[in-house]
Amino acid sequence: MRLHIKNGRVVDPASGKEGAGEIFIADGKISNESGKADRVIDAKGLVVAPGFIDLSARLREPGYEYKATLESEMGAALAGGVTSLACPPDTDPPLDEPGLVDMLRRRAKALSRARVYPIGALTVKLEGETLTEMGQLTDAGCVAFSQANVPIADTQVLWRALQYAATFGYPVWLRVEDASLAKGGVSHDGEVATRLGLPGIPSFAETIALATLLELVRATRARVHVCRLSTAGGVELMRRAKQEGLPVTCDVGVHHVHLCDMDLGYFDSQCRLEPPLRSQRDRDALSRGLVDGVVDCICSDHTPVDEDGKHLPFAQAEPGATGLELLLPLTLKWGQANKLGLAATLARITSEPARVLGVASGRLAPGAPADLVLFDPAAPFKVAPETLKSQGKNTPFLGHELAGRVRTTIVAGNVVHEQ
Amino acid sequence: MQRNPQLNEKGELQHLLSTEGLPREILLQILDTAESFAGVTEREVKKVPLLRGKSVFNLFFEPSTRTRTTFEIAAKRLSADVINLNITVSSQSKGESLLDTVANLSAMQADIFIVRHEFSGAPFLIARHVKPHEHVINAGDGRHAHPTQGLLDLFTIRHYKKDFTRLTVAIVGDILHSRVARSLIHGLTTLGVPEVRVIAPQTLLPAGVEALGVRVFHDMREGLKDCDVVVMLRLQNERMRGALLPSAQEYFKHYGLSADKLALARRDAIVMHPGPMNRGVEIDSTVADGPHSVILPQVTFGIAVRMAVMSIVAGN
Repeated sequence: MRLHIKNGRVVDPASGKEGAGEIFIADGKISNESGKADRVIDAKGLVVAPGFIDLSARLREPGYEYKATLESEMGAALAGGVTSLACPPDTDPPLDEPGLVDMLRRRAKALSRARVYPIGALTVKLEGETLTEMGQLTDAGCVAFSQANVPIADTQVLWRALQYAATFGYPVWLRVEDASLAKGGVSHDGEVATRLGLPGIPSFAETIALATLLELVRATRARVHVCRLSTAGGVELMRRAKQEGLPVTCDVGVHHVHLCDMDLGYFDSQCRLEPPLRSQRDRDALSRGLVDGVVDCICSDHTPVDEDGKHLPFAQAEPGATGLELLLPLTLKWGQANKLGLAATLARITSEPARVLGVASGRLAPGAPADLVLFDPAAPFKVAPETLKSQGKNTPFLGHELAGRVRTTIVAGNVVHEQ
Repeated sequence: MQRNPQLNEKGELQHLLSTEGLPREILLQILDTAESFAGVTEREVKKVPLLRGKSVFNLFFEPSTRTRTTFEIAAKRLSADVINLNITVSSQSKGESLLDTVANLSAMQADIFIVRHEFSGAPFLIARHVKPHEHVINAGDGRHAHPTQGLLDLFTIRHYKKDFTRLTVAIVGDILHSRVARSLIHGLTTLGVPEVRVIAPQTLLPAGVEALGVRVFHDMREGLKDCDVVVMLRLQNERMRGALLPSAQEYFKHYGLSADKLALARRDAIVMHPGPMNRGVEIDSTVADGPHSVILPQVTFGIAVRMAVMSIVAGN
């Protein structure tokens, strides 16, 4: 299948190029040959960009099929323009055995939609005690190793895990939170939690864990990606670590770029997220950190939660929000607020996460995989259960009107979503 | 932020969920109404027919004897039918969800739900899902709020001190875990008390407590100086020894109210306690039973205040 996309505004964040242009696709790759196309797509009024790469999207399989399935969430990914996604290992059972990873990849491949990159469990059952068979998991398709939202309480195990991963060059992706300091907490330990009487998680639960992790990176030279940073202090530690030349990158969840603890209002369980929404100051620091590149990527942290999981008192409510379909509009909103061009804005969900994942997609150069998205940056998107394809209908943005709608999604040269 | 969920479109009290965000007029309306009921509780026939034919459901997801009893007495004095449900041993253990429980009771024609729950915000969740004619009164949720206790404290203070705008009030003890403290602080600041103090060690103070409009003291003697009102908080047994405090004895040494510490407050200071008291831990018996103590009148006023709240929400 040969495709020809014309009349669009082509934005390639990797090269910074932006302007009117044409794209030719042949054999699943972007081509510079303008041969006769099987199909011509008129992208008039649309932006043509690399498909989005989401570094944290839960598909809920295996184990939580009542919350979401691969089918429903892959549909949501494509509707959101996400052509590659990394899924954390906190499934049930966790992704700690090659067989499970293999099954997930086969299931995903059979659906021939978005590219799924499983992240293996760093420790068996995510219990923070025994290392997983990282070599075999890598052979089965794991691109990195992680603890999802479960911190390793024992620093010696963390040290050994990083040493082992560094030996073979396996990337380690970790969310940083001190298990003891976070124990029992459900919200940012600040004025809002005090007013609402919610048990808090102090900011230093993140910075202490991050400082520990960075010290271990210094010792082991393991390649570490820090997931879903939430504090201003965390951004500063990352800034210094990068200046020092440590092999570290980091991302932020898209909710944390826009929301803060004030948005909890009167116990809005839609705002029950992990990590918790922090102060306005933290939110602004994360947003600025993205602008100046200390924070590399924005991820959706897509976590489908059913109604029953949210219809509970705040502390009991299940953390998480649907995000795949909001990644584009919320990233555009961040870019506009910071007066960034489209290339710089989209870099955070295309070329930068591609660099972290180490994949060839995320750019529009000839020879790159033909994963593309055509979107209308101004088209309104009303966030409502009926406009979301994801089985998870819960998000703090429910009822909001956002700008940015995906019209066409292409994976490996195949049109997989049109609207 | 959304509209205050306890007020209806006309700005009247639909539910009582928290003293926070309640306008001064509504607080005073409750206190004035309670004043009128205080007489009823002293009459030989202690009943008025205001809630005749109405059903009041006591929904206690957390055990309580005292608060539940005072709500029951208050409802009965208003001639309501009272149904007590001890949820901890019924539906919750069968796995029924909070909202299912409420929907079922609602189908039994409830008018007022009195809710106590171990998790902050639970009454807000219920209030969002009840029918328009139903009312929710928060009888204590997690660490968040205990508005009728806060209101009865305000009633007691007004009874003895008349004018809120010249007072110094000190709240002493476990502010971190106290819904009583939060409810009282909001009420005091709304009614114009110029100085509200909290006295506690750092381990028992929540982050950024100053934002509630209070002055923080760690030294109890310093904090009690020239106070008109001293409110002692209960220290839960399980918090007396551990990472928050070394021992009950040491706590009493620093933060227990003894006669010599009380002597630093104004000569006509009143001493309050929401009960149940730990004598010898947060308060000395000579003070609890002494001339400054208004702890038992608080209990009596509590009934009038709860009658006031129920009659006001039912009328809106």
